Amino acid sequence: MPDANGRELTFAEAIREALAEEMRRDPRVFIVGEDVAEAGTPFKVLSGLVEEFGPERVIDSPISEAGITGLGVGVAMTGLRPVVDIMFGDFITLTMDQMVNQAAKVHYMSGGKLKVPLVLRTTLGATRRSAAQHSQSLHAWFSHVPGLKVVIPSTPYDAKGLLKTAIRDDNPVAFFEDKMMYKLKGPVPAEEYTIPFGVADIKRAGADITIVATSSMVQVALGAAKLLEEIGVSAEVVDPRTTAPLDKQTLIESAKKTSRAIVVDEGYERYGVTAEIASVIADGAFYYLDAPVKRIGAMDVPIPFSPPLEDATVPNEQMVFEMAKTLCGKA
Amino acid sequence: MNRLPDTASQRVQAEPDVEQWLHLYQQMVKIREFEEKVNELYTQALMPGLAHLYIGQEAVAVGVCEALRRDDYITSTHRGHGHCLAKGASVERMFAELLGKEAGYCRGKGGSMHIADQDTGNLGANAIVGGSAGIATGAAFTAKRLGTGQVAVCFFGEGALGQGLLYEVMNLAQLWKLPVIYVCENNLYNEYTRYTETTAGDPLARAKAFGIYAEEVDGQDVRAVYTTMQRLVERSRLGEGPAFLLCHTYRYRGHHVGDINRTYYRSKEEEQEWMALRDPLKKLTEFLIGQQLTDQTVLDRIHADVKVEIEAAAQFAIDAAYPDVSQVAQHVYA
Repeated sequence: MPDANGRELTFAEAIREALAEEMRRDPRVFIVGEDVAEAGTPFKVLSGLVEEFGPERVIDSPISEAGITGLGVGVAMTGLRPVVDIMFGDFITLTMDQMVNQAAKVHYMSGGKLKVPLVLRTTLGATRRSAAQHSQSLHAWFSHVPGLKVVIPSTPYDAKGLLKTAIRDDNPVAFFEDKMMYKLKGPVPAEEYTIPFGVADIKRAGADITIVATSSMVQVALGAAKLLEEIGVSAEVVDPRTTAPLDKQTLIESAKKTSRAIVVDEGYERYGVTAEIASVIADGAFYYLDAPVKRIGAMDVPIPFSPPLEDATVPNEQMVFEMAKTLCGKA
Repeated sequence: MNRLPDTASQRVQAEPDVEQWLHLYQQMVKIREFEEKVNELYTQALMPGLAHLYIGQEAVAVGVCEALRRDDYITSTHRGHGHCLAKGASVERMFAELLGKEAGYCRGKGGSMHIADQDTGNLGANAIVGGSAGIATGAAFTAKRLGTGQVAVCFFGEGALGQGLLYEVMNLAQLWKLPVIYVCENNLYNEYTRYTETTAGDPLARAKAFGIYAEEVDGQDVRAVYTTMQRLVERSRLGEGPAFLLCHTYRYRGHHVGDINRTYYRSKEEEQEWMALRDPLKKLTEFLIGQQLTDQTVLDRIHADVKVEIEAAAQFAIDAAYPDVSQVAQHVYA
């Protein structure tokens, strides 16, 4: 990671900077979505972009998720590079046919002739008291589909570098931003950089246990690692950064080194990202493991509104800490 | 591009000459003979999968595509062989794709329902009913943004009138004045169900509700389809926005080749009536001979030449190699 020289941006600012830089670099790039222009999205992630690039390149659309995604697929197939903004990750359900049956398959079905360089930006993450239809983390759904790439950044630095890569990629990319993280600050250098897909990042080095954590759960894992340090357990926190492609090698190597692993992700636990990654580690590091690979995802319930109920559905530091403690025989 | 008049009403279309009509005739014959051959290959178990034949609807694909430039875009449907051919696809590579051969348009990876051909502006057939409406609208967005003068045509059957995506993108197209023409082929049946059981109100009114310029035409009359389409294409090229063309047509065969016993959803008499009285090839023949623009020997020669071409192309596909299994994981990502 290049030196930021003390320069800090919020997660939202990093996203905005990536978009602005790519739009300046490449006139084919444009943004389309609900309330993306003057409103700058409800989270104000895009504030200022319409002023710089104009309404031709920051386009307010009707509330038609399938329509704008489908339009984006056709646009991408014919030479432009759309960034489709889907306000809440829960609404990707409305884009499913266009992403899964169209965008993901066009290149393959055409025998490699047609390409879909489309980025679908959306959100994940609970605890905003937004209830069951505005709080889910559904990145596993797209991760399931060959032909799609899926990015789940956890820091402002990663968000910027990965979004620039997503926009330059010739494939459909789903980019999930934790909406609770938009105000999180972190170092972001002023100079140009990109981050390749499929390269995990070790957010904290450790020796006794590997905590694989994604997106919103990286901060949770780092918090748990601090608690573990206090009881003499050295935890390594590994962030895959992209679920598709998945950097299996780094995950396996870390687990081989520490001999224990927990996987934490904010998606629903059943059939989720944690299941896939746990299986990768169990297969790849089997002879090095001293304990079964454990996983923690969101509770398998529709996300409730009432704050104490909602909080109970999301993995937290204490849960990760307790599980790690048990795995390390410190219980 | 030459400076063109400002409104559609000021424009005058030149009446096509006999060579053009004969070309349209030849294209329709090509589609019919191609589809008859597909039927044969399928029933001989030489073609895997499904075959949704376009026989009966030839005048729509040909009339529409003849009004387009080679670089204009189309998106097609599961019943898409006619659209591909009318847009200029080669019969050899079409057959090869239908048989899953590497020489096919998509290296055998797409098959009958997914033929795409960039060189003729064909962005692909789509096996999700209405699924390509977004793609066609997006292609029109690109054309407008880049100022290429291209238009995009979205072919769909009346079954797609039941899909919400269509209305979302028609709204976008009209809001943003995109050069896209939605061509609805009403062949009367959503698979095995008559469209009147599935479609409330007037399909044209749905387009008009968005303020989209809409017309309907006898989809069995290739001259009518062609001349109507020329007008719609020109107004879209001039920046007057999207259009909707409802073509009344008829699917002679089943939903797919295996749909043999159809009496539970339509009568044999109805089928016979359309074939006897409203066949697109017969209609054009009557015009050409009635107007003494040509004679039967010329038309017979067209048929004979097309048959030779089709037979050779089918044989090419039969003899062509399957893709090596090592290709299965290629082209998942660009």
